[in-house]
Amino acid sequence: MVESILPLSVRSLSYSVGAVEVIRDASFAIERGSRNIVLGANGAGKSVLLRLLHGLLLPSGGQIKWARADAKFKQAMVFQRPVMLRRTARENIEFALQVAGREKNISHAARAALESVGLTHLADRPARLCSGGEQQRIALARAWALVPEVLFLDEPTASLDPTATKAIEEIIAAINNTGTTIIMTTHDIGQAKRIAHRVLFLHRGRLMEDALAGHFFTEPQSPEAAAFIKGELLW
Amino acid sequence: MVKVLIRSLFMIAALMSAPAFAQEKFIVVASTTSTEDSGLFKYLLPLFKAKTGIDVRVVAQGTGQALATARKGDADVVFVHDKVAETKFMEEGFGVDRREVMYNDFIIVGAKTDTAKINGSKDVIESLKKIATSQSPFASRGDKSGTHAAELRYWKQAEIDPQTGKGTWYRETGSGMGPTLNTASAMGAYAFTDRGTWLNFKNRGDLGIVVEGDTKLNNQYGIMLVNPAKHAHVKKEMGLAFIDWVTSAEGQLAIAAYKIEGQQLFFPNRSRLVNAK
Amino acid sequence: MAEISQGFTTAATLIGTANTELLSIVWLSLKVSGIAVMIASLLALPFGAWLALVRFPGRQSLIAILNGMMGLPPVVVGLLVYLALSRAGPLGSLGLLFTPAAMVAAQTLLIFPIITALTRQVIEDAWIEYREQLISLNASRGQSMMALLWDMRFTLLTAVLAGFGRAIAEVGAVMIVGGNIDGITRVMTTAISLETSKGDLALALALGIVLIGIVVIVNAIAQIVKTTAMKHHG
Repeated sequence: MVESILPLSVRSLSYSVGAVEVIRDASFAIERGSRNIVLGANGAGKSVLLRLLHGLLLPSGGQIKWARADAKFKQAMVFQRPVMLRRTARENIEFALQVAGREKNISHAARAALESVGLTHLADRPARLCSGGEQQRIALARAWALVPEVLFLDEPTASLDPTATKAIEEIIAAINNTGTTIIMTTHDIGQAKRIAHRVLFLHRGRLMEDALAGHFFTEPQSPEAAAFIKGELLW
Repeated sequence: MVKVLIRSLFMIAALMSAPAFAQEKFIVVASTTSTEDSGLFKYLLPLFKAKTGIDVRVVAQGTGQALATARKGDADVVFVHDKVAETKFMEEGFGVDRREVMYNDFIIVGAKTDTAKINGSKDVIESLKKIATSQSPFASRGDKSGTHAAELRYWKQAEIDPQTGKGTWYRETGSGMGPTLNTASAMGAYAFTDRGTWLNFKNRGDLGIVVEGDTKLNNQYGIMLVNPAKHAHVKKEMGLAFIDWVTSAEGQLAIAAYKIEGQQLFFPNRSRLVNAK
Repeated sequence: MAEISQGFTTAATLIGTANTELLSIVWLSLKVSGIAVMIASLLALPFGAWLALVRFPGRQSLIAILNGMMGLPPVVVGLLVYLALSRAGPLGSLGLLFTPAAMVAAQTLLIFPIITALTRQVIEDAWIEYREQLISLNASRGQSMMALLWDMRFTLLTAVLAGFGRAIAEVGAVMIVGGNIDGITRVMTTAISLETSKGDLALALALGIVLIGIVVIVNAIAQIVKTTAMKHHG
């Protein structure tokens, strides 16, 4: 593939459920290779924004424009709770590859993906019998095996303990190092600091800040962001 | 489209079941519950098969339903006991070559209490009148079978319309002879039955024969081939072979030989002719 | 009451002596209902899954009809198949009336709505959990259907068993289209019906006990398979 699906440009994006505006008039762009963290409190609309970008939800207004028309085949997503099929870890990855239309060396690619997340020993274990942290790593391997240009992650460590969280963060960094653009939501400031190149700060469905990580954490422009960074509760 | 789908469904079912169920030589005989329930066929058919190799598949229904099955062409031979209905069937051209095979007799069974006081009577008409006047419970087939048709003929001769007793003493079960006897046994009711079914019936409870031996109570069975001119697929040769056999000396002797607890159930017509002479 | 204890004694004797006539009747029951369940499942599992995933006008009505048809009276199904297969009917030329194939057809029609409706429910519930992941993977509808059917295989086994239980236990339809022909189309239920007709209630009950035993054994085996398999697959 010569041309990239990036940059992604989002203009005046909004999403409503009934009378409630979950996302209000968001405009931003995502550049190739970057690590973007969508930060905000629970209920700020982070998950909805991610689903809009990935195409799981249709916007009520505005525009989501990828550089290529076939963009949906170059993305992958990892959810907060991994959805594992009732088959082995390796077969879960093989399924994703088959659905994506890969025909050659599926088994080999699946094994390689498991190796990259350090789970070779679990290849033939039924995925649903693995621990939460292991399942999330299998989900990452499944997404990684597809060699996506963009990887969406929706609070991937929210239900995990610190050890598992650390493993996941390392894998995310490794995936990014192979050239995959990361768009990830979190409500954890520490995690945002560790991962982000750039922060999109969301508050009550409104994109309050769109800044490089260094700027955002040292000089937040809005009082909401400043309060959030300080660890105060937001109203 | 739907039709094609249904058709292919049946084809699949047929194909899947065919090898396991394959039977080369067979005919379908539509007959009555009384012959089946009496156990006659179970005794008779293996003899015929041993001689000819032909498998006889008996579908036991009421006489009315058996004739309807034959009218649709779903049987090769009909073996029933309602001369009036059989004659109509022949006149309409649905059957050919009717022959009388055997007979037994009808009886009235009832509970020991005998509320109509008819026990030991030989007069069927008089007994029915007493049942009606005493309003004693009576279980009828009510299913247009041969036995039901016969029962209704006797009511008519007794100049009683049992329909007036419906809901009180006259109960129509709308089912075969066996279920009707089950009902009569449970209710302590009178019932009109053929002797064959009665002899082979196990759940008698308090019931016993109360009326028998009236010459009017003759129950004649006839057999006929379904007209191949109406239904081309009828297996004429095999059907006729069966009809020939049951009316042959061998078949007639076999019928006479069928006994339950020492009692003969059916009397072959040819021996009757011999006896009468 | 005497019939009940007599029934158990007779049942024990029949089983103990491996009565050949009983065995052939049992075998035919299993064969007819087994084939019917296979055909019905082959059609109902994909159809139920498809119904769970698609949205079209009238879908709710179709589901309501299917759910209603779970309680289809066997006699009516028997009558319809009888009329279709009769020599005078549209499929009369096949000559299938009063054969085991006709019984298979009737039972297939009888249980198709049951397996479809239960499958639809199971797959629709699973779809709620899997939907975003499968869409994210760009799985087509067909791929999603197959993945869900395979993933819910242990739960769907219950739907298939429900169909089997209904098929092997029903008497109305097979009596009409099979004709209860001795040695050809006589199955457990029609044999029970016949023995009841003859007033041999003990033998009828004995056959009934055997039938219940078979259904219980089949379900128990399936249950064991299900629980051990689930333990291994999560």
